[in-house]
Amino acid sequence: MSRISIDQVKHVAHLARLAMTEEEAVAYTEQLDKMISFAELLNELDTDHVEPTSHVLDMKNVLREDKANKGLPQEEVLKNAPEHQDGYIKVPSIIE
Amino acid sequence: MVSLFDHKVSELHQLLHKKEITVTDLVSESYKRIGEVEDKVQAFLTLDEEKAREAAKRMDGKIGTDEAKGLLFGMPIGVKDNIVTKGLRTTSASKILENFDPIYDATAASKLHNAETITIGKLNMDEFAMGSSNENSGFQVTRNPWNLERVPGGSSGGSAASVAAGEVLFSLGSDTGGSIRQPASYCGVVGLKPTYGRVSRFGLIAFASSLDQIGPITRTVEDNAYLLQAISGVDPMDSTSANVEVPSYAESLTGDVKGLRIAVPKEYLAEGVNEEVRQSVLDALKVLEKLGATWEEVSLPHSKYALATYYLLSSSEASANLARFDGVRYGYRTADPENLIDLYKKTRAEGFGDEVKRRIMLGTFALSSGYYDAYYKKAQKVRTLIKQDFENVFEKYDVIIGPTAPTPAFKIGENTSDPLTMYANDILTIPVNLAGVPGISVPCGFADGLPLGLQIIGKHFDESTVYRVAHAFEQATEFHKQKPGL
Repeated sequence: MSRISIDQVKHVAHLARLAMTEEEAVAYTEQLDKMISFAELLNELDTDHVEPTSHVLDMKNVLREDKANKGLPQEEVLKNAPEHQDGYIKVPSIIE
Repeated sequence: MVSLFDHKVSELHQLLHKKEITVTDLVSESYKRIGEVEDKVQAFLTLDEEKAREAAKRMDGKIGTDEAKGLLFGMPIGVKDNIVTKGLRTTSASKILENFDPIYDATAASKLHNAETITIGKLNMDEFAMGSSNENSGFQVTRNPWNLERVPGGSSGGSAASVAAGEVLFSLGSDTGGSIRQPASYCGVVGLKPTYGRVSRFGLIAFASSLDQIGPITRTVEDNAYLLQAISGVDPMDSTSANVEVPSYAESLTGDVKGLRIAVPKEYLAEGVNEEVRQSVLDALKVLEKLGATWEEVSLPHSKYALATYYLLSSSEASANLARFDGVRYGYRTADPENLIDLYKKTRAEGFGDEVKRRIMLGTFALSSGYYDAYYKKAQKVRTLIKQDFENVFEKYDVIIGPTAPTPAFKIGENTSDPLTMYANDILTIPVNLAGVPGISVPCGFADGLPLGLQIIGKHFDESTVYRVAHAFEQATEFHKQKPGL
């Protein structure tokens, strides 16, 4: 049985903000299914009493002095924006 | 063919100061060689010749003064294209960043400026460092200088190939699951992945933040130690960089490995590892034994789970990190979006390559509601077990030794049909990233004219011992002296 359905793949693509054709969705369903079955190898291990590791070093609460630093000039920051106007980055209108 | 880059950094430094060569000579050596071989190797995405030559001229005026005392002064370097360089196009080998012009330097890049190396250009890679062959680059496929039909490895394929081909003296790469060590192995050069936290990740375009590290690729272990020295250290701009003292790595290059205790995991010489690769490691162990080291077989029992753990964790982290590429603030934007969501979706669908999308999909799935515990959290728990395997072995041993990759460089196109076969190339390097420990690949033999790499793995922040062993082995062998017949 397939571990992931084509509807689930379409939902994940929406969450990931990736446009996807019907054809691609079929291909991804097959590929993701393979990768997920492979990942299920981990279920062989009993990890009920194992703590998760998100970070290998024993480090927490790295703080710095609360002092403002100089930011980058607006011109520079907008330099790579695909569209900008009057110091703002421009996107399609989001309010009717 | 004789090249200035047959010399080590320390020798070139002497030659500069005796005024036998100039910085301009070094920079010219790079661009001359690039002119000769780059159409075959295709290691570079961007060259910075005009600025490099200007810098060389300016620096030649400083020779003989105190300002030119630094060991790396005037040395030509190549930088992997996921390390941002101010004013020098940086793409991460992705169409989505095709025209990206960084407005600041990565900390590693600014440390290179402080050391006064000269950046020759930006090096090809798998898109966003996702791949083991450079075939996932959005722009070109770099070739292995030893055999142009073969891959250079990846993701830092351009970084390794450019050094092997003599286009630069040395380079920077990055390593998330083997991306420095595997290409170093395939191209017959020296590549080190430092301990997680040793080198600042600020300005390294993030793939998997808990695994990524920048590191040096060089011809010799000594040069590697000098280059790591220049880029190491805690950085206020990266809160995961470690506030741990950086020792003098060159001081560890004593040649002395008497009494060294080596662990050889049986899983690293098991089925799936090519016979010539296995033999080269056994031969290397004999060399180290002769020098006074001892070795024993050990077990890293969770090794077989590392690949699945890695793909779940790295893809999950990537799916979050790559959310920033949305066509709004920088990079590619789709032409006629219907609305904002459509802008995001089309921009990303058109801008990312297949492998990147595949990993974003896997990662988004593993983090999505209802699956998080079963996949992402499960993988984090298995990561703990893998890390403990290393801790247990390091209680009794100084280093762990095995092959870097299970085979020599494979043919271009050979592994592209099935992502899972491609992923298997990283099976011996991935556990090192999951545990966060340092690992190096040094040349240890040849199979059918293709280089093989020996992997030496150390304890957290003990790059010194890794270098000591790598250097002793290198000095006792001749493999590093061979060059590809390009």
